[in-house]
Amino acid sequence: MASVTQTVSMRRPRSQVSSVLRTIFGSQESVLLVVLVLLIAYVGHSNSGFLATRNMVNVFAGYAYIAIAALGMTMVIVTGNIDISVGSLMVTLSMLSGALVTYKGYPSWLPLDAIIGISWLLPIVIGALIGAIIGFFVTYLRIPAIVVTLGFLSILKGVLIMVSQGERITGMPTGYALAQRRPLQGLDFPIFEDFFRMLTMPVFFMVFLMIVVALWMRYSPTGRAMYAVGGNAEAARLSGISEHRIVMTAFILNGVFVGIAAVLNATQFSVIQVTLPPIELQIITATVVGGVSILGGTGTVVGAVLAAILLNTITKALVFLDISPFWTRAIQGLMILVTVLADLIRRQRQAE
Amino acid sequence: MADSQTLLELKHISKSFPGVKALDDVSFDVRSGEVHALLGENGAGKSTLIKIASGVYQPDGGEIVVGGKAVRFGSPRDAQVHGIATIYQELLLYPELSVAENIFMGHAPRTRLGAVNWPEMRRKAEELLASLNIHDLDVTTKVGRLTVGNRQRVEIAKALSMNARVLIMDEPTAAITEADVERLFEIIRLLKGREVGVVYISHRLHEVFDIGDRVTVLRDGRYIATKAVAETTEDELVNMMVGRTLDTMFPKLETQVGEVVLEVRGLSRGRMVRDVSFQLRAGEIVGMAGLVGSGRSEVAQTIFGLTPPQAGTILMRGREIKIKSPRQAMRYGIAYLPEDRGTQGLIRQMELRHNTSLTVLRDLSRAGFINRQKEMQLAQSTIEKLSIRAYSPLQIVGKLSGGNQQKVVVGKWLATRPRVLIVDEPTRGIDVGAKAEIHRLLSELAQQGLAILMISSELPEILGMSDRILVMREGRLVAEFSRAEATQENVGMAMMGNWTGNGNTLKVQADGAAWQA
Repeated sequence: MASVTQTVSMRRPRSQVSSVLRTIFGSQESVLLVVLVLLIAYVGHSNSGFLATRNMVNVFAGYAYIAIAALGMTMVIVTGNIDISVGSLMVTLSMLSGALVTYKGYPSWLPLDAIIGISWLLPIVIGALIGAIIGFFVTYLRIPAIVVTLGFLSILKGVLIMVSQGERITGMPTGYALAQRRPLQGLDFPIFEDFFRMLTMPVFFMVFLMIVVALWMRYSPTGRAMYAVGGNAEAARLSGISEHRIVMTAFILNGVFVGIAAVLNATQFSVIQVTLPPIELQIITATVVGGVSILGGTGTVVGAVLAAILLNTITKALVFLDISPFWTRAIQGLMILVTVLADLIRRQRQAE
Repeated sequence: MADSQTLLELKHISKSFPGVKALDDVSFDVRSGEVHALLGENGAGKSTLIKIASGVYQPDGGEIVVGGKAVRFGSPRDAQVHGIATIYQELLLYPELSVAENIFMGHAPRTRLGAVNWPEMRRKAEELLASLNIHDLDVTTKVGRLTVGNRQRVEIAKALSMNARVLIMDEPTAAITEADVERLFEIIRLLKGREVGVVYISHRLHEVFDIGDRVTVLRDGRYIATKAVAETTEDELVNMMVGRTLDTMFPKLETQVGEVVLEVRGLSRGRMVRDVSFQLRAGEIVGMAGLVGSGRSEVAQTIFGLTPPQAGTILMRGREIKIKSPRQAMRYGIAYLPEDRGTQGLIRQMELRHNTSLTVLRDLSRAGFINRQKEMQLAQSTIEKLSIRAYSPLQIVGKLSGGNQQKVVVGKWLATRPRVLIVDEPTRGIDVGAKAEIHRLLSELAQQGLAILMISSELPEILGMSDRILVMREGRLVAEFSRAEATQENVGMAMMGNWTGNGNTLKVQADGAAWQA
């Protein structure tokens, strides 16, 4: 064992400096991190209000639900598929969660905590179920994912508008507001005490889930198989990997993460309503800008989460730089193009 | 030859890519009415050279001379304008369009109003094909419905429709049948007569002697020599290419043939696998010969569970087994090295260590996570055992040369500790040096007791490596030869079906072990 490690370290490229530089600019994750830090520093320098604790908490927590949904999207895209129904699904599950917690017909012996528990968990289960149905269409019926999820997008939107009839849900019990909880409140920290104390639950979900999923995708057989299937489905199949099982897993887990994101989204404010912003576009943007190749086979959830935070930072920064917030979407679009272009160039250089 | 003029000259061409010098001061020329073969191992620079000649790449240094005048090609279009056409390995045709439309893509004859003149186009297309002695092609057929051989003819007609004076052919025989090769050669001879200069690239040496007039050898991006084909020998050419002789190409080792490991009886699936029965013994290499499309790969894929059989039985060490998926086949100790390593064998953008572990991810895992140290050891030992030239197990496999990529695929399968190894075209498209290494490896594996079924379209490989030879035709096993009785002629005849054609019927002996004319 020792000899193995030795040979490996001996064969490393010689120049340490160049390899450090290559690590920084060779991976999307590190590029994003550098851009994020520079952006925060720049905006903070132009307008110190940006660095105010409350705003910084917003910068990190504001898009946590997008980042969590991007975890699932990463898996789906890595296997060479896509899901454009996630926005509709997320709003549907948010409404479902709100409807469950405000439902009046539960038996009287059921404690409030149980009702809250149901309204947190059931949307996640339903999310997994819908993911499984999408996965079934994609794998066993061999319909392209973009077509299947386009169908689901319309179905979910239609059902949602009909059932909710545009009404808002209010009057949720206080215990329900998961996303407003501040788990570190009251604890002492040597630095940034206010910041840590004000951090809300979604940030912790985001960081924890990101770490778990990152490790799982990198070091579990199933995670590795996702990259293999997305990289070359035929070769993966010939290596004894069940493509169907892997793609199903990706879609089911995607449903689970959309469910979690939906619950965090629903418990964020005191009102839940059917707004249909293009959440799916934000999620897909975060994933693609995070370095997950739309062709499948490469990319990590760390990149996707960093990109989600970066997108939110840009949105918030525009306000402090006194630039019209309507630029947000144009900038997001530009980032997608730049990333895809960079990916293309990288692939071409690899090919030569 | 004296009055033939030089059509295209590449003088002192150099070309670098990031990290590699692909061509270093290489010169090459082609004269009217000759076939100039370009030889070299993979990575020798042949592809780069023809891409420069056809305007895909621009050289870093050197000069391109067409008809005595120095030119610069900014794009493939420029090269076409100068009468240089290239037929690549992957044919660049539109499958949904007709033969005539493909031939005149981009320069269709027009009516006075500027619309495409369809009758004229079809007439000209027919004329062109007739001039190439091709009379069995309907110009209104969609190209997607044609065989590879016919598509190639369409490409040639297309090149001629643009008045090409130089025709560059990159491994034109790699994917076509023997019969198509013969027709291709006829067409090439026809073109020679019309003063067209042909640049011919192939891995198959004997083709150079069949069709070539001159031959130029490249090695490691450098020019080695140009010879008149009549004045050289295969040995000399191989020597120039690699500095080795032919004897080392097929290092067949004597092995102890043991018990029957795998047996198939009456295996059938569709039209490509019909009532196939044979046995594989430990320690032997059984060669499976046959034309492209004779059902060889289909037999392999049926055994491997990719396309489960519709009838027949598979026995592993005498016990009947059912195989419905590759995973099950692997569990029974069967490994399958697929025909096309690029699309079926490797995940090109993954690291070497992640490719070699792909078949054994579960075995390398504990508590749901891959043991990275074991994975690394596996990659390391694969590199050593198969002498893969990679700088580290972390290298992206897509960046390795063809031969080394193939070794990675072999390594991936050896990791499963198979008892039966099915290799499908194990040395297709890899250079002579790597080929010999793969052969040596297969020999050693057989010596260690592995049963190997080797599918190959190269007769010398089949004859050189096999203990026994099975011949397939139209989905059936039609002949079996021992190593001693097999010759290029009788195996070739069995492949082509000439025996039955002459009225001699093949008769199966009761035990199925031997076939007689």
